[in-house]
Amino acid sequence: MDKLGSLFLPPAKSTNAADVDALFGFISITSVIIFVGILIATIAFIIIYKRKSDNDVTSLNDHNTTLEIVWSIIPVFLIVYVFYWGFTDYLKLNIPPANAYEVQVIGQKWNWAFKYNNGYTSPNELHVPKGRPVKLVMQSRDVLHSFYIPDFRIKHDVIPNRYTTVWFEAIESGESVIFCTEYCGTSHSDMLAKVIVHEEEDFQKWLKESGGRPADMPLADYGKMLYTKSGCQTCHSTDGSKLVGPSYKGLFGSKKTFTDGSSLVADETYIKSSILNPSEHVVAGFAPVMPTYQGILSNDDIDAIIEFIKEQK
Amino acid sequence: MSTSSGINADLGLKLKRFVTPDHPEVNYAQAEKGIKAWLTTVDHKKIGLMYLGAIAFFFFIGGLLALLLRAELWTPAKTFLDADAYNQVFTLHGAIMIFLVLVPSVPAALGNFFLPIMVGAKDVAFPRLNLLSFYIYLAGATFSLYSIVTGAVDTGWTFYTPYSATTGTSVVSMTLGVFILGFSSILTGLNFIVTLHKLRVPGLTWGKLPLFCWSLYATSVIQILATPVLAITLMLLVMERTLKIGIFDPALGGDPVLYQHFFWFYSHPAVYIMILPGFGIISEIIAIFSKRRIFGYWFIALSSMAIALIGFLVWGHHMFVSGQSTLSSIVFSLITFFVGIPTGIKIFNWVATMYKGSISMRTPMWYAMIFLFLFTIGGFTGVTLGTLSVDVHLHDTYYVVAHFHYVMMGGMLIAFLGGLHLWWPKMTGRMYNERWANIAAFLIFTGFNMTFFTQFILGAKGMPRRYYNYIDQFQSLHQFSTVGTWVLALGFTIILIYLLQSLGKKGVIASKNPWNGRSLEWLTTTPPVLENFTYTPVVIHGPYDFHKPIAEFEYGIESHGHGHHDASVHHSNEESVNA
Repeated sequence: MDKLGSLFLPPAKSTNAADVDALFGFISITSVIIFVGILIATIAFIIIYKRKSDNDVTSLNDHNTTLEIVWSIIPVFLIVYVFYWGFTDYLKLNIPPANAYEVQVIGQKWNWAFKYNNGYTSPNELHVPKGRPVKLVMQSRDVLHSFYIPDFRIKHDVIPNRYTTVWFEAIESGESVIFCTEYCGTSHSDMLAKVIVHEEEDFQKWLKESGGRPADMPLADYGKMLYTKSGCQTCHSTDGSKLVGPSYKGLFGSKKTFTDGSSLVADETYIKSSILNPSEHVVAGFAPVMPTYQGILSNDDIDAIIEFIKEQK
Repeated sequence: MSTSSGINADLGLKLKRFVTPDHPEVNYAQAEKGIKAWLTTVDHKKIGLMYLGAIAFFFFIGGLLALLLRAELWTPAKTFLDADAYNQVFTLHGAIMIFLVLVPSVPAALGNFFLPIMVGAKDVAFPRLNLLSFYIYLAGATFSLYSIVTGAVDTGWTFYTPYSATTGTSVVSMTLGVFILGFSSILTGLNFIVTLHKLRVPGLTWGKLPLFCWSLYATSVIQILATPVLAITLMLLVMERTLKIGIFDPALGGDPVLYQHFFWFYSHPAVYIMILPGFGIISEIIAIFSKRRIFGYWFIALSSMAIALIGFLVWGHHMFVSGQSTLSSIVFSLITFFVGIPTGIKIFNWVATMYKGSISMRTPMWYAMIFLFLFTIGGFTGVTLGTLSVDVHLHDTYYVVAHFHYVMMGGMLIAFLGGLHLWWPKMTGRMYNERWANIAAFLIFTGFNMTFFTQFILGAKGMPRRYYNYIDQFQSLHQFSTVGTWVLALGFTIILIYLLQSLGKKGVIASKNPWNGRSLEWLTTTPPVLENFTYTPVVIHGPYDFHKPIAEFEYGIESHGHGHHDASVHHSNEESVNA
């Protein structure tokens, strides 16, 4: 069972994962048994009843009510059993324990942001404690997204104008990948994040130290870290190549012409307004697809990113 | 009932035996000549062939797009297409294969050609409507192609809102194309229902109807009831985009989940539009090539109707993680499981039909066996996906992609190929090269499993669908899947070559009943004459009564009146007997 699981399924790292895997295994194995039965019968008939001449006499028996009832009723029992099993596990997946630790999740093209109760927002990294139920309250800023952690066997759509939730309890510390599984445009497949499971005390420590730049880190380096973590690099290159948005290379101090024909020199004020209110000035030749980072990046974070952009000459 | 006088007494008709020759002096294709005659024909057989040509063309396009997609996935990130191009290509692949190929494939091509012949009619009930539906299909297809040229659509074939309401690509024209195509589907369904009710020849009771006709009947019911909902949905989408009326887009005050309900209310029954006619073909093939009465005739016939009706009540299983209520999900899951029962009944009855049969493994039978193999896997994985807790993990992953390719391609498309090989001699008068046909079937079976079984594993491991980029650990499985598509492409290329070759000068002439069938299409000439029969057939035995001598299937009554066609193209009855 475990061997089969590791062949087909990702590692099981949440309390509910083992239940889901057990049911997946039960259905798969039962299916294989019935399938092989059908296959053997078919191949046997092909061999045994191979046509010998065009005048072969064949059976006239064209129905058997007992047989029809048997092969209808046995599957009915099987599916009701499987349905019930899936139903009870589904309820478990859908009802978060009352003491669950809550994290707010914002999905937007094409990144995730995780907000903690201390006010800190962590872009594209979900930090959680091991052995404690975590409930995610999710919303989308634009189109549909879907929040999926294969290792935890959880998934739920993230919808604009509406809150949806998922919960899980991680059983081992480490990192797992988070995917977006509802198609959302150009960089849908790059809308990745990771969940980092800490031991309880490490999580508390992280929570205390989170938010803001480590004391010994230069501002531009912190900006670089945010550039990778917040999803900027999905659309903005630093080597001059054209992605979804303009490259950072040589950006600072250059003159930018916008889709409405106006133009500005890219200074600190312009970059900050582009981050907080991206649709106001869209550089000519690009689509107005950047989401706002209002409420995700703090003023200090934005200062750091500006410093980083200044270095990309 | 072994003598003709006994038969006369039973039905109260003046019966005569009509022995049609293998080949007519003038077949349906020769009866009216020239391009104009084809374009304005109301002959169901010619319309069926025109559909066949159009569907084959779109299958070719959709297949090329699939090869592009798989080639792009050879490496993570960019291999040779950029992300936007990839997203447009998978949208077009899906939309073309679903709306232009799978939905019309069997009903509009093979159904149009054979349903009237199988009920002994001269044509469908409304021949002009039939021609109209073909032109509506072409118009819808043109609209769809237009949207390719004017900046392709990148929403996926599901057009989910609010993404489809905000993207800058030409969703409106693509949607209108699909909207127009829906009417073609409705008209075909309407035509078949009336034909089956009103145009069956004497003696052809519902219990003697070939199972292919039963499956088309069930399909037509869904086409008429479900397709208008698709039209409504797409119309609302167009209104939202053009008039800014908030229905689905939350930015305008709409509800995106409502769109999914509308969409799947059509698109789930549409899955059965796509698969039920395939079931019908498989029933015909297994009976003929086992030379045996079909086992459980009524169970197979009525399970199609059961699937058609239950199929309307399961759409919510596409939405277990969409934000619909937990209670809805639970109810939809339970009903979904019950669609599995009539499907299972069919599979068991097909296998039981082979028991104590006389099995001849000719090309159509190979396709029927490939169908059983692939479709059964598709069915079982459908149970996995219908299970609530397991679907949470598998939803929108490659597991779903693999599942519906096993059902749609491994099921419907393989059944279509089976039907094409079963009826090719009847349609064209030529027999294809069976050795090459078997090689092609083997390649398609192998390539298909390489391509799509791999995707079950990818999906279970968590690979999401519609991904241009992927994490490195999936690469070897993706590459294996891609190699499978090349094997598939080789198989389809071989089919194209030997079918075209059979039409050429060296093609082998087929007899009128090469497989020793008993339903009416095997009793007319090859290819059939313009109005199918030179007499009105009278049906005495069931379509699978292979133990009765063929002579007892050849009775009929004199045909009176010639419909709207020129009488000069008809033979007299005596000529047919003497020829």
